[in-house]
Amino acid sequence: MIGSAVAGLARLIAGGSVQWAERPTAAPRVYFANHTSHLDFVLLWSYLPPELRARTRPVAARDYWDSSRLRRYFAGEVFRALLIDRGGPDARESVDRMAECLSTGDSLILFPEGTRGTGEEVAPFKTGLFHLCRAAPAAELVPVAIENLNRILPKGEFLPVPMVSRVVFGPTLRLYDGEPKDEFLARARGALETLRETE
Amino acid sequence: MDRELLWLIGGVVAVLLVSTVVGQVLKRRARTDASRETVANLNARITAWWAMVAVFAVASLTGGIGSIVLFALLSFLALREFVTLSPTARADHRALTWSFFVVIPVQYLLVGIEWYGLFSILIPVYVFLLLAARLVLAGDTDRFLERVATIQWGLMACVYCVSYAPALLLLDVEGYDSGTGKLLLFLVIVVQASDVLQYSWGKLVGHRPIAPGVSPNKTWEGFLGGVACATLLGAALWWVTPFSPPAAAGLALLIALAGFAGGLVMSAIKRDRGVKDFGTLLPGHGGVLDRIDSLLFAAPLFFHLTRFIY
Repeated sequence: MIGSAVAGLARLIAGGSVQWAERPTAAPRVYFANHTSHLDFVLLWSYLPPELRARTRPVAARDYWDSSRLRRYFAGEVFRALLIDRGGPDARESVDRMAECLSTGDSLILFPEGTRGTGEEVAPFKTGLFHLCRAAPAAELVPVAIENLNRILPKGEFLPVPMVSRVVFGPTLRLYDGEPKDEFLARARGALETLRETE
Repeated sequence: MDRELLWLIGGVVAVLLVSTVVGQVLKRRARTDASRETVANLNARITAWWAMVAVFAVASLTGGIGSIVLFALLSFLALREFVTLSPTARADHRALTWSFFVVIPVQYLLVGIEWYGLFSILIPVYVFLLLAARLVLAGDTDRFLERVATIQWGLMACVYCVSYAPALLLLDVEGYDSGTGKLLLFLVIVVQASDVLQYSWGKLVGHRPIAPGVSPNKTWEGFLGGVACATLLGAALWWVTPFSPPAAAGLALLIALAGFAGGLVMSAIKRDRGVKDFGTLLPGHGGVLDRIDSLLFAAPLFFHLTRFIY
């Protein structure tokens, strides 16, 4: 109920065109997207069919989402976010928790750049996506390009400026057997950049 | 419940029913790819019309408050599309936030509490000044006048002009109950019918472009045929207004002309930005702003003419 209201509000403020390369399925998936705004995952999540929305958890930074009661409520009760420690010594543990989520049938939303950018370019990916694929080889990866959210709610602002956005869900990809880390991360990032350029 | 209002809505539904049947017949008959595409677009438009009419009918039947909320929402969606296509700077963020979350609610609140004096000058005078002051505080002087002028224009077009439509419910006309929303419905029917009729005449017999540099699809034949038919339609609907049949025709003519100008101006903006439509919310039509471009020019004109003459 609250989830639907939040999804509706996100689309009223930041919604626009949405394209799917393949139909969304319930298979455990890792949606990975470019990151420019706190609204990124909310909008992506709002476009999933409601039954999948309930089983899709955003991976979010604990230092931000655990810092006030309201944020804790939304992260915990509405989005069921998987809170991880950024840049801490427990990177291994974070990957294990994500893999565990996938093994129970949940999907994840992940921002492999690790932090919010200005929207001009996609920063190089952190290695977490690669380690996650090694730990959960069955997971399908779905690149998602999100456009214009850097103007709607840029870094450092509290209230959004409503605007029309564009979200493109790309074709699924997987980690090949024995694919080297750098090659895989470049390929995944390339898939995202290709999506950003599609009409 | 006002009987004439129900007749009006019933009439619109009847026209839509006929259009739906015609659309389905044309779909069976279309042979070439080009005609199939035209008919598919036509049918998408008709489907969207059903949704728009349903929303508008519910708003009309709930009286003044429904219309005010509906048009406030339309202003919100239109301004959102306008800002998306405007080259705003990072420093404009707070001023834009104010525009959406303060200016729009206050403007429609003024309609709701019937404070005409402030309603008519809030955006042209006070927002005009405050917006520039807020923007200069952000400290970015690059393209300053261009940025402040663009936001002000968006607020005038998408909020100020649109808010004149529900304000029609407040008009004090002797011997006529404006609160039933029939004047608003008269305006919306004439302005939208004028659009559709100009489009249809243009598709059927149009070949001389009227403004080739702005909108190649608009033709003299479409313009003249559409405006003439809209004028006749306005005259035929005189019974829901406080006007005589000739006066209703004259007002409908002015509504159609203002609407044409609105469509052309918005086309010029789209062309300059290199886009075909302002949005994708209404399949076949484009965005909200594409649908109400003529209304926002016609509404203030119709409001003031009615207010000063009647």
